Amino acid sequence: MSGTASPEPKISVRNLNFHYGKFHALKDINLDIATREVTAFIGPSGCGKSTLLRVFNRMYALYPNQVATGEVLLDKQNILDRRQDLHRLRSRVGMVFQKPTPFPMTIYENIAFGVRLHEHMGKGAMDDRVEAALRQAALWDEVKDKLRQSGMRLSGGQQQRLCIARAIAVKPEVLLLDEPASALDPISTLKIEELIYELRQNYTIVIVTHNMQQAARVSDYTAFMYLGEMVEFGDTNAIFTNPSQKQTEDYITGRYG
Amino acid sequence: MSSRLTRLWDPLFKGTTAVLAYLVLTLLVAICLALLHEGWAAFKTFGWHFLISKAWDPANNKFGALIPIYGTLVSSLIAVVIAVPVSLGIALFITELAPRWLRQPVAAAIELLAAIPSIIFGMWGLFAFAPWFSNYEPWINDHLGSIPGIGALFRGPPFGIGMLTAGIILAIMIIPFIAAIMREVFLLTPPLLKESAYGVGATTWEVVRNVVLPYTRTAVSGGIFLGLGRALGETMAVTFVIGNAHSVSASLLNPGYSIAAALANEFTEAFSPLYKSSLIALGFILFVITFIILVLAKLLLMRLERAQGETT
Amino acid sequence: MDLRYLRRRVTNVFNLGMAVLTTLLGLFWLFWILYTTARYGYHSLGLRLFTQDTPPPGAPGGLRNAFVGSLIMIGVGIVVGTPIGVLAGTYLAEFAGRKRIGEIVRFFNDILLSAPSIVLGLFVYSVVVTTMGNFSGLAGGLALAIVLLPVVVRTTDEMLRLVPSTMREAAMALGSPYWRVVLQVTYRAARSGILTGVLLGVARISGETAPLLFTALNDQFWSTNLARPMANVPVTIFQFAMSPYSGWQHLAWAGALVATLAVLGLSIFSRFLIRQRNN
Repeated sequence: MSGTASPEPKISVRNLNFHYGKFHALKDINLDIATREVTAFIGPSGCGKSTLLRVFNRMYALYPNQVATGEVLLDKQNILDRRQDLHRLRSRVGMVFQKPTPFPMTIYENIAFGVRLHEHMGKGAMDDRVEAALRQAALWDEVKDKLRQSGMRLSGGQQQRLCIARAIAVKPEVLLLDEPASALDPISTLKIEELIYELRQNYTIVIVTHNMQQAARVSDYTAFMYLGEMVEFGDTNAIFTNPSQKQTEDYITGRYG
Repeated sequence: MSSRLTRLWDPLFKGTTAVLAYLVLTLLVAICLALLHEGWAAFKTFGWHFLISKAWDPANNKFGALIPIYGTLVSSLIAVVIAVPVSLGIALFITELAPRWLRQPVAAAIELLAAIPSIIFGMWGLFAFAPWFSNYEPWINDHLGSIPGIGALFRGPPFGIGMLTAGIILAIMIIPFIAAIMREVFLLTPPLLKESAYGVGATTWEVVRNVVLPYTRTAVSGGIFLGLGRALGETMAVTFVIGNAHSVSASLLNPGYSIAAALANEFTEAFSPLYKSSLIALGFILFVITFIILVLAKLLLMRLERAQGETT
Repeated sequence: MDLRYLRRRVTNVFNLGMAVLTTLLGLFWLFWILYTTARYGYHSLGLRLFTQDTPPPGAPGGLRNAFVGSLIMIGVGIVVGTPIGVLAGTYLAEFAGRKRIGEIVRFFNDILLSAPSIVLGLFVYSVVVTTMGNFSGLAGGLALAIVLLPVVVRTTDEMLRLVPSTMREAAMALGSPYWRVVLQVTYRAARSGILTGVLLGVARISGETAPLLFTALNDQFWSTNLARPMANVPVTIFQFAMSPYSGWQHLAWAGALVATLAVLGLSIFSRFLIRQRNN
């Protein structure tokens, strides 16, 4: 099953297969991710949605027995190519994880760390970049007086927004969010969702979530996956109001999950 | 910085750490080879006889390792015999008996015993323990010495120093190690197992004896071997109190000798090359003995680790 | 009353009583040793201990040269042992993981950790002292480095493995090369743990006598030359304590007291650090 979203897709997945050792985790995935829109991956745990996300920045390459075959085109360039520079790829495709992962350093350094990897700039320019990232992540007002404090002393929701700020400070084109709110309380979750809504103006966003209301609220397109296969993909409203597949309907009406 | 250059850093970093990690392995092999090389003259001169000869005559260049080997083994065995029940008691107290607030302080205090430098044990042993202990040796002579069979072990002069004193002080030194391992592995016993034993009316001691000890048996023996390995190589404390006498005697109250003590006492005074080589050969023998004991200890300890890995 | 039941109760109470007694025995030994060291050492404690060098028999003096020599050699031990240990531990935790080679290095590192320190001294003698032609402070420092090394390898390995892998992934996801992830992120996360390990190792080498006997030897006089034999506290204590001169014996006890306090202080401090970290 394949889906086409917009005329100019940011990412095109073609015949993607993925193996963890002998386990076939993704089966013939075909999919287009639209530029500057929010695409959500939903499905029961173990369906492969996080695996698919981790192909987009080749995070899986950290682990020796994980193999992806097929094509994943980012702006028409195949990122699965062996010659792909992973560090450059990851500066273009940022990622935020399930649990907040602040580094054991100050709030300021947390953000400057990623920027310094790819750009050389003076103190003033770095200050501006840090402030801009924190503002975009809607965290600036809360932390502007304690930039020299450890990032690990923030609350869970603030930590997660710090991680988003850290990711966008590198100026990526795509932002991958792997269940970014699953470890947070409802109020922090709401803030993250509002943030996603803001960020779509500048970034192509892919979000994995097990929370269907969240997918319905924040995304423009939704992909439903099951047992490593892409069952249905399309406009979020259409998927939630009028799913074409029986499996999708069963899942979103809560018959299994 | 060009991208070619930056790409070199990762393999360079990994390579450096790998080389240094292998250095640890190399070091162990190098120790073995260096000692064998330096001790070769002694092995070549005396052959296998070196291991079973009682001779230690620097004036006539006749050397044999039997007496120091004997002393090393006997003093360490005494240490283990004393340390195991005491460590068991301590581990039992900390894991099963002590009120919660007392556990951490008692465990820390016992571990502090392991931090005291061994030379302090030696001085304390020679100047405080031995004089006190010599008061009781006549009593040991009279009572234990008259037991048929093992009595010979306990008949001897009341000097306060000797094989038994060395064994006791070694015991105190290895108790923290054995007790710490016992305590750790006792805590690994699944609570459900213990609760079901309590559930059928077992007493605390019966639970320890019939559930905790059988479950942790291999790891506990690993801990004991680890303690034994420590005792075998312990130098300073033994040198102070073992008596440094080049003789074999049935009595544990008599002075004796150990490999480590021989090295500490004689090495810098060894005037002939063969004398020096014989001492290094002793060191090689000590290294081989402790190596075997420690490998055994690690293998036993790993078995519980692996079993834990499977269940969790 | 059932006799069998009574016997079980009595056995239980007796054995648990023995457990209490053995614990008291262990604590008793600790306090007896500390008390002995404090009692004998206290008398000879004074400013002179730190301002004068080791005297000939019968003359007054201190242990200044021995303290300085010990500090220098411990310094060499730390400077050589810590970086090698940290990097080797890094390989185990960051690159070897559960691979066979990692398990083998871990196994033999633990053997090295418990190997008799006198044998390590013999090794340095046969490699360094025979090559240099004489005993030296450098050889002593290297012997201490070999004692310290496995302690640092082990704690670095353990502490780095406690750093959640998500933290490494997060840094990788920003496009960081792995070496920068390790140097700037995981080292920082494991910093206090690794420091604690180094401190515990330093406490251990501070009290070690056996590895110094045939490497640094000892020196009666003030010397900071690493190429020459070097005075140090443990070997001086050994020689003075075994001597028949009461002046020397007093100095030995004073040195023993200072060394014990330093070593115990270091281990208590590092344990305190661990506690802090865990909270």
